[in-house]
Amino acid sequence: MKGAGSKPGGSPVATSESTTALLRELVAHLRQNRTGLREEWARRITEAKLLTAMTKDEVFAEATSVYDNYVEALETGTFEALQAYARNLSERIIPRGVQTDEVVGIVLLLRDVLARSLFSRYHADFDKLNRILDAYEPAANRIAITVAVGFVQERERTIREQQEAIRELSTPVLQVRERLLILPIIGVIDPQRARQLTEQLLRGIRTNRARVVVIDITGVAAMDSNVANHLVLTVEASRLLGATVIVTGLSPEIAQTLVNIGVDLGKMNTVGDLQGGIEEAEHLLGYKVVPVSETGTPAP
Amino acid sequence: MDKGRVGDETRVPIGSDVDILTARQRGRALASELGFPNSSLVLIATAISELARNIVLYAKRGEIVLGRIERDGHQGIQVTARDEGPGIPDVGLAMQSGYSTSGSLGLGLPGVRRLMDEFEIVSGAGKGTTVMAKKWKR
Amino acid sequence: MEVPILKQGPYLIASVQSALTDADLLQLRDGLVEKVGRFRSRGVIVDVTALDVMDSFASRMLRDIAHMIRLRGAETVIVGFQPEVAFAMVQLGLTLEGVATALDLEEGLAFLDQKIKGNERGQGPRG
Repeated sequence: MKGAGSKPGGSPVATSESTTALLRELVAHLRQNRTGLREEWARRITEAKLLTAMTKDEVFAEATSVYDNYVEALETGTFEALQAYARNLSERIIPRGVQTDEVVGIVLLLRDVLARSLFSRYHADFDKLNRILDAYEPAANRIAITVAVGFVQERERTIREQQEAIRELSTPVLQVRERLLILPIIGVIDPQRARQLTEQLLRGIRTNRARVVVIDITGVAAMDSNVANHLVLTVEASRLLGATVIVTGLSPEIAQTLVNIGVDLGKMNTVGDLQGGIEEAEHLLGYKVVPVSETGTPAP
Repeated sequence: MDKGRVGDETRVPIGSDVDILTARQRGRALASELGFPNSSLVLIATAISELARNIVLYAKRGEIVLGRIERDGHQGIQVTARDEGPGIPDVGLAMQSGYSTSGSLGLGLPGVRRLMDEFEIVSGAGKGTTVMAKKWKR
Repeated sequence: MEVPILKQGPYLIASVQSALTDADLLQLRDGLVEKVGRFRSRGVIVDVTALDVMDSFASRMLRDIAHMIRLRGAETVIVGFQPEVAFAMVQLGLTLEGVATALDLEEGLAFLDQKIKGNERGQGPRG
């Protein structure tokens, strides 16, 4: 404990008060020199060959916005506006191929440009310079982290969205004839993809009013017992919707997995390959495929 | 205010087949509020239905407690089924797929475990049964 | 809530309108089994489109309905399972084995028409 006169937490308040005063002075300096510092920063960005995917004018426009947001974050001590701006900026520049190191690079350059300017402004008063830098450094670091993290998060979000889109594309539910759907599955089926596949198929059965579905897994080399179980459940759920499922193209490994989990072969309709599966499906639907030369014979 | 709702929990007393319906409708409403997709709502409501049914069948009365949960920034729903009935003498046996003491009716505990993400059961002969099941939003 | 049972030619159509208690389900079963004899129906359609949950008891009742109707000399088809409901059911192991299912009312009617025509082949037209 301190002496009787000092209230608890008295000295930190005093420090933060003086920090606030220093930051205010700092902000005033950055506002006054806005034009020169902005230009200097943009020049350094070009010199360091950062943001090469953007034109000079674009770089300058973004530099202006970042500069103003930067100063505002220093002034208010709140980072929400800067965060929102960083997300928005990332959204715009990620599609243009701007990399993480470029974004981190430009923020560190700004930090450097501003620090140099502070140095030349206060170098006569070394003690004051030290205090100004003490106030500036933590805030500048936090700004740099906010912008970099915002960029990385935005990039991760973009990647997740793309993965989702690829997944959707990789399991198309195709209607080949009225009442007949084909689901060709290629690649690795993880539990998430399996779940998505089932949802798409069951919805597809309803919207296309399918009676028969051919699931072709020729392009799937192996599946673990969880996914194999999931496949069996999908077949059973399809039947509850009134559709018969034919599974084609089972590899020896998958056949083994299905036998290992004790699949009920009475519930699982399998045919060797996709062509055989489609023929079987057409048979179930009452179609009969006849060569053109024989179309003289009456249809059934 | 809903009078069955205490703090962040909804309690539904279970004593008859009508209460099974109430419990699963409340559970579905809560899960929907939490933003679960439709496919999960069905799974959660079905699990609640089975748990409530077990209470009616084996303990006559008890309660279902529904609550929102959070872990590592993920939201979820917790369903607790509690009764002071005869209890399950052999929990391990009851959790085996296909096991049931009354034909294919009720005690679909392995099924409930499949529908939810996490599942815990505490029971013993004469001690009643508490089942706690969780589902997380993906 | 009681499920209305409509007579439509040789068929009975039970169209579930809202969530059912166990008592409602038992009443539905008894009503269908009784009416199928009274109206000398050839087929029964139970439409479950409105149901958002199908638990073990409800599945058991649907199965019992189908089996009892068969013993009374008619066919049953359950129609209208929602995709999500169907998947929850199979995860619980409720696959309704041996019970006919179809996408919707229209498909259910087509199924019964075909089934009954098949059964009657060579027995002359029915009245």
